[in-house]
Amino acid sequence: MTMKKVFSRPASLSKTPFHYCPGCDHGVIHRLVAEAIDELEVGDRTIGVAPVGCSVFAYDYFNFDFNQAAHGRAPAVATGIKRTRPDSIVFTYQGDGDLAAIGTAEIIHAANRGEKITVIFVNNAIYGMTGGQMAPTTLIGMKTQTSPYGRDASTAGNPIKMSEMIATLESPVYVTRVTINSVANLMKAKKAIYNAFKLQKEGKGFSFVEVVAICPTNWGKKPADSHKWLTENMLPVFPLGTFKDTLGVEKSA
Amino acid sequence: MSKWVINESLCKGCGICIARCPLKILAYADHLTPKGVYPAAITDEAKCTSCAICARSCPDVAIEIYKEEK
Amino acid sequence: MAKVLMKGNEAIGEAAVLAGCRYYFGYPITPQSELPAYLAKRLPEVDGVFVQAESEVAAINMVYGSGSAGARVMTSSSSPGISLKQEGISYIAGAEVPCLIVNVMRGGPGLGNIAPAQSDYWQSTRGGGHGDYRTIVLAPNSVQEMADMTITGFDLSDRFRNPVLLLSDGVLGQMMEPVNLPEPHDYNINSKKWALGYRGSDKNERNLCSSIFLDNDELEEHNWHLYQKYQVITDLFSKGEYKDFAVEEHLCDDAEIILVGYGIISRILKTVVEKCRKRGIKAGLVRPKVLWPFPTAVFERLAKTASQFLVVEMSCGQMVEDVKLSVDGKKPVFFFGRTGGTVPSDFEILNEVDKLVRPD
Ligand SMILES: Cc1ncc(C[n+]2csc(CCOP(=O)(O)OP(=O)(O)O)c2C)c(N)n1
Ligand code: SF4
Ligand code: SF4
Ligand code: SF4
Ligand SMILES: [Mg+2]
Repeated sequence: MTMKKVFSRPASLSKTPFHYCPGCDHGVIHRLVAEAIDELEVGDRTIGVAPVGCSVFAYDYFNFDFNQAAHGRAPAVATGIKRTRPDSIVFTYQGDGDLAAIGTAEIIHAANRGEKITVIFVNNAIYGMTGGQMAPTTLIGMKTQTSPYGRDASTAGNPIKMSEMIATLESPVYVTRVTINSVANLMKAKKAIYNAFKLQKEGKGFSFVEVVAICPTNWGKKPADSHKWLTENMLPVFPLGTFKDTLGVEKSA
Repeated sequence: MSKWVINESLCKGCGICIARCPLKILAYADHLTPKGVYPAAITDEAKCTSCAICARSCPDVAIEIYKEEK
Repeated sequence: MAKVLMKGNEAIGEAAVLAGCRYYFGYPITPQSELPAYLAKRLPEVDGVFVQAESEVAAINMVYGSGSAGARVMTSSSSPGISLKQEGISYIAGAEVPCLIVNVMRGGPGLGNIAPAQSDYWQSTRGGGHGDYRTIVLAPNSVQEMADMTITGFDLSDRFRNPVLLLSDGVLGQMMEPVNLPEPHDYNINSKKWALGYRGSDKNERNLCSSIFLDNDELEEHNWHLYQKYQVITDLFSKGEYKDFAVEEHLCDDAEIILVGYGIISRILKTVVEKCRKRGIKAGLVRPKVLWPFPTAVFERLAKTASQFLVVEMSCGQMVEDVKLSVDGKKPVFFFGRTGGTVPSDFEILNEVDKLVRPD
């Protein structure tokens, strides 16, 4: 009797162990990106752009070329790369502080120009790397280092919904929000990330995948409890679903 | 050869695999890794269906899954 | 090639195309708008890419991306926009990515005005952004030099994997003069093995473009590596192959008073020197054409023969500090400046010279 491999590390993922906290979703999301790149067989022509945030070292975890961008500027850097090497598969990987606060202008305009790049947006409702400050995506009432009494909408505004906002633009071809709080949802997230890269491989437009994620460390919860908290608290504010699929990539697959 | 293979040096003991195994055949081992983590371990490998739910859920890609080929 | 009549800003654009630059990312601002307007038209003719970014911040980060992917790439702006670009320039310098940045200076601080100025000297030569880094700073004084230095700028930036700043001002940018354009230069985007997306058969590791070195020792090693590079560049400009390129001297050998100015001011100073000579004043001119590395050695030498220096700038006095550092207290260094957009007249400067050489 022989043994067949059912699951192992994707080739595009490097051997370097992740520096992320135990249970952090960044690891799974990295792996899903690597799996999509492998399945589409574009590993030899992929260029990633790492953000500033917990995933600042994303470049260490993949076996393809990478640029490390300034806080929030990844979509601009990716624009420069993609325009220069249009046959490359270019993606950014960004957190919610990076993409939805300091880098709002860059993401909106890259999307609006319809840059043929893929954006993986990890929304964990917090600034992870700097120790748990309020993010634009922090929920109302949620306590963070800089909202110690809970986020107050009257002074700090409301959680910003990037997928909905980006879906109002003409140019993006695919905008979807997923999560990995269960295996079933994880498989949907895997498909969404694959779709986003597939569209780019086919030379289509801007694709955007928001992953609603946990930050057990700064939420002060165990990983399993964090996924439960996400389900009960984040998903009502950040509903899962596809907001834009101009070319029907989800049906065609 | 096993169906369920863990690279203990990658395991951070987060417990996600243990919580998600539908057959509840994963648990913490009773030894510490050099990093000071009680790693995940399989308690009854014969029951394992190689569904890979644990491996797909592992944030640190610490688990590999094999299936017996008939 | 025959001479063509061009505006300074346009000459930079055409020279960039001839240098093999096919990528421009920028944001509109006066008084440099002719340059992006020229390239918006010209780049598509040569299969190039022109992107009007959402801000100078985005533009410089597009430059970072494009340069890291191996392109000859440029951006341009004027003072307030250059302030916004400093974050990106710091990253570009840290990651050692080549690019050309044009600053057509206008008056500051703040929104200031759109009239010509030279008040970004400190920002240009001291780094501008955060961290221990340098940009090579070229200061043309004619439309011809704007074209020539654009080409030299691309060559220098590629050779040293360092950003190069072309520092011009509103007068030069708008000025029309005949130019001799150079022969076009073929640039191969796959000539840089370190670039992202390079796929030559000799590539065996993946390429990374980054300015982060979290480990103390690694960052220290990187910073000393950059420092060594800046030393090599400094030597090349002070005694090596760019020695003559770095500075222009005019009638300095027997001069008692040395006038010092760069860019548009140097043209006025040349007139002042002629007028001084006619009146029997032994005046000379030193024009730094490269502001970093600063041509220190020339001043060290002239401090032995001349009796005083007068630095003239369209600022409240910035380059004068470098002249003082170079002269090192051996001779007095005086300053005359106008700001707010007024270009000092030869008459005004002559008056200053008179006060210094005939103190009564
Ligand atoms: C210009 C600038 N401002 C601030 C910081 C500090 N900083 C680093 S990471 C970060 C927030 C990152 O949060 P997020 O994007 O949500 O990523 P996460 O860590 O949660 O994955 C901040 C504010 C910086 N590095 N650069
Ligand atoms: S701080 Fe939060 S987001 Fe960052 S690695 Fe830890 S768990 Fe993940
Ligand atoms: S493969 Fe499936 S059955 Fe086997 S241990 Fe993992 S989750 Fe449990
Ligand atoms: S999910 Fe991975 S890291 Fe977490 S306990 Fe299981 S094997 Fe270890
Ligand atoms: Mg975050």
